[in-house]
Amino acid sequence: MKTPPPQPPLGPGMPSTSGADFLTTKLDVAVQWAQSNSLWPMPFGTACCAIEFMSVVSSHYDLARFGAEVVRFSPRQADLLIVAGTVVDKLAPVLKKIYDQMSEPKWVISMGVCASTGGFYRAYHVVQGIDEIVPVDVYVAGCPPTPENLIHGIMELQKRIQSGELARHRASKTFVPIRVGTDPDLSIPAYSDAVMAHMTGKKELPQIGETAESELSAKARGQAGEGHR
Amino acid sequence: MSATLTRPSLSFGPVLEQKLEGRVTVEERPGSDIATLVTDAATLKEAALFLRDDPAAAFDLFLDLASVDRSKLPGSLAPGKDGRFQANYILYSTKRNEHLRLRVNLPEKDPAVPSLTGVWPAANWFEREAWDLMGIRFEGHPNLQRLLTHNGFVGHALRKDYDKSQRWLCTEEDLLKTELAAKTDDPADMFETMTLNFGPSHPTTHGTLRIVMRVDGERIVAAESECGYLHRCFEKMSESHTWVQVIPYTDRLNYCSPMINGNGYALAVEKMLGIDVPPRAKAARTVLNEFSRIMDHLVCMAANLVDIGALTNFWYAFQPREEIYGLLEACCGARLTSSYARIGGLAKDVPDNFVEWSRSLLPGIRDRVADVDGLITKNKIAWNRLRGTGVVTKEQALAWGFTGPCLRASGVPYDVRKDKPYEMYGDVDFDVPIATDGDNFARYIVRMEEIRQSMRIIEQILTRFPKGPVNTDDYRVILPPKEMVYNEMEGLIYHFKLVFEGVKVPAGEIYSFTEGANGELGYSLVSDGSGFPYRVKVRPPCFPLFAAYENIIKGGMVSDAVATLGLLNIIAGELDR
Repeated sequence: MKTPPPQPPLGPGMPSTSGADFLTTKLDVAVQWAQSNSLWPMPFGTACCAIEFMSVVSSHYDLARFGAEVVRFSPRQADLLIVAGTVVDKLAPVLKKIYDQMSEPKWVISMGVCASTGGFYRAYHVVQGIDEIVPVDVYVAGCPPTPENLIHGIMELQKRIQSGELARHRASKTFVPIRVGTDPDLSIPAYSDAVMAHMTGKKELPQIGETAESELSAKARGQAGEGHR
Repeated sequence: MSATLTRPSLSFGPVLEQKLEGRVTVEERPGSDIATLVTDAATLKEAALFLRDDPAAAFDLFLDLASVDRSKLPGSLAPGKDGRFQANYILYSTKRNEHLRLRVNLPEKDPAVPSLTGVWPAANWFEREAWDLMGIRFEGHPNLQRLLTHNGFVGHALRKDYDKSQRWLCTEEDLLKTELAAKTDDPADMFETMTLNFGPSHPTTHGTLRIVMRVDGERIVAAESECGYLHRCFEKMSESHTWVQVIPYTDRLNYCSPMINGNGYALAVEKMLGIDVPPRAKAARTVLNEFSRIMDHLVCMAANLVDIGALTNFWYAFQPREEIYGLLEACCGARLTSSYARIGGLAKDVPDNFVEWSRSLLPGIRDRVADVDGLITKNKIAWNRLRGTGVVTKEQALAWGFTGPCLRASGVPYDVRKDKPYEMYGDVDFDVPIATDGDNFARYIVRMEEIRQSMRIIEQILTRFPKGPVNTDDYRVILPPKEMVYNEMEGLIYHFKLVFEGVKVPAGEIYSFTEGANGELGYSLVSDGSGFPYRVKVRPPCFPLFAAYENIIKGGMVSDAVATLGLLNIIAGELDR
């Protein structure tokens, strides 16, 4: 009797079925595998990066190959927020609202340096990185990132979803979510205390390491830096 | 590099002098700049009315309002006590093909001028912007609110004493509070109209525009649009960068056609320096400008056609774009944000096979455009959606300050490339397509034809693409070649000075303009003689288009408003800067 050829594993954590008509796995793994391969992005396109995002979804680069082509413009129907472009102070409450409207599980890709750090707009009206407002899972570098680079970012996110790394990280005690203001009911503004204090001009910024939000205060200190001139 | 000053003779000068004797003076300007009239706040309105109505003046197009805070100008340039602020109105006469700057000097304390919204409706948003960023008050303005920044903002960001990194917290409360939205429970409202918020995150706004509409069923009774959701402080950032470092910022103004912005800026600075670029650079700039224009029009149409349900065109139109990107990448290393223009030439020479490569792209573009043409131009559904919607008459287009394809779709044949040729546009043969209907279909068809005309320009230049250097040999603006730096004293000095101090643009001022993909792209530059621009003001072609948008869609259907928005082609990057 001929033995059937060995089958490749269906996904990470899934054993090879070797011809049997069933498979065994953990529910988590199956769910993560499904989630990672059917991301529904909501492009929050604001600037130049949005034009490159259009290139990514159009014929030449064809994001459909990665199962993430069902672009939804309603946050309620999407689980991946791709922030493509500069987010300015005036737009910040809008971005926060959109993030809040997305249902869990949800992921955020910050596309391009403007979304990640404010880019070379270190100025009076530009959010110095969207992680002042929403938690970010993958940062994609570039100004704007090439389509290949964004696709790499999406694949990286898929990998992290599949491995369960993101889910474990969020469930762990060490995970400190981005502070969304002092009042839990207040969805907006979403800046950390340090950033808010700087922006409202109320107090001097804390030194790095003084608060738990050292990273954010470092960011805020950068804004008050002496600049380029 | 100093230019001689002349007092231009204006055809309407004698009449003007007679009418407003002593209160208006013609300023001495270098020949490369536009003519300038100086007046005072009290005479401004009278002068404006004269300039608009007198047949010898006939300045029918309000192009820009460039405000300057002169408080940090050094030495002899420093303003007197009463001249800290300056409002420069840039005007254009389509009948006489002439630009004019109308200038008012304003005191430090409560700078105020009468609003010109009654003379040129286009002034509306420009004045709001000047109020927002410079704090100049416009008396009699119908709605003098902040425009680009949010209501929680304190101070006026473009004043020289404003710290460029000082941010202010924006909460939802600080966003647009329109009278329209407040009117929801108006008892006099018999038709049960409702308020519809549209944007800033909406698929058809292609960026970050916001419109609040008051709708009666599907019909728009009133609308109010707002911008500033992508105000990334380009003008303030420019002031702390050297002249060359501003070029990457210009790429991000109209990010659908970045080459055109960089070229316009480089041209403006070259005019201030009084230098000329070699023919090869001119040819390369012209070819790349036209490729950029093609890309811009393709994005505009592709995205807009998706909005009205014609998805297939998107795939067709994006294919040639990708191919053009390949060419741009070979030239400058980046697909989208090219930073290719330099003051005095280009960042580097075009690739060896530039001519063949460019030529090989044209058949593909022609085929894909023909595909879109075949699908849309005689399509019944497209006709129903586009014909007769979003109509802008010739008079309205002029009053609202339209330029570019949208103005030409309303029947005014103004094209900077034709009327004030720059680079190589004077040496090539091309037509300026115009349409007379002024509706969405006219704007579509004008863009389609412009793509074909752009290809015509490219073809002509490619047949006689010049050889030689791409950069000027003026080493005060361009880095000298390495052999010279290592072997000659002068070369080393030039290199050192340029790297450490940047290009030193002589003190002065200019309004320079080119034809962007959406219309006249103007740069009002002020230099104080240091290595940094003192003031950079862009005249973004989209700005008046979007300012007029709320008027265009009034009375139409919501779905038509979507088609109109797409075909006006509002690019948030240059709208908000």
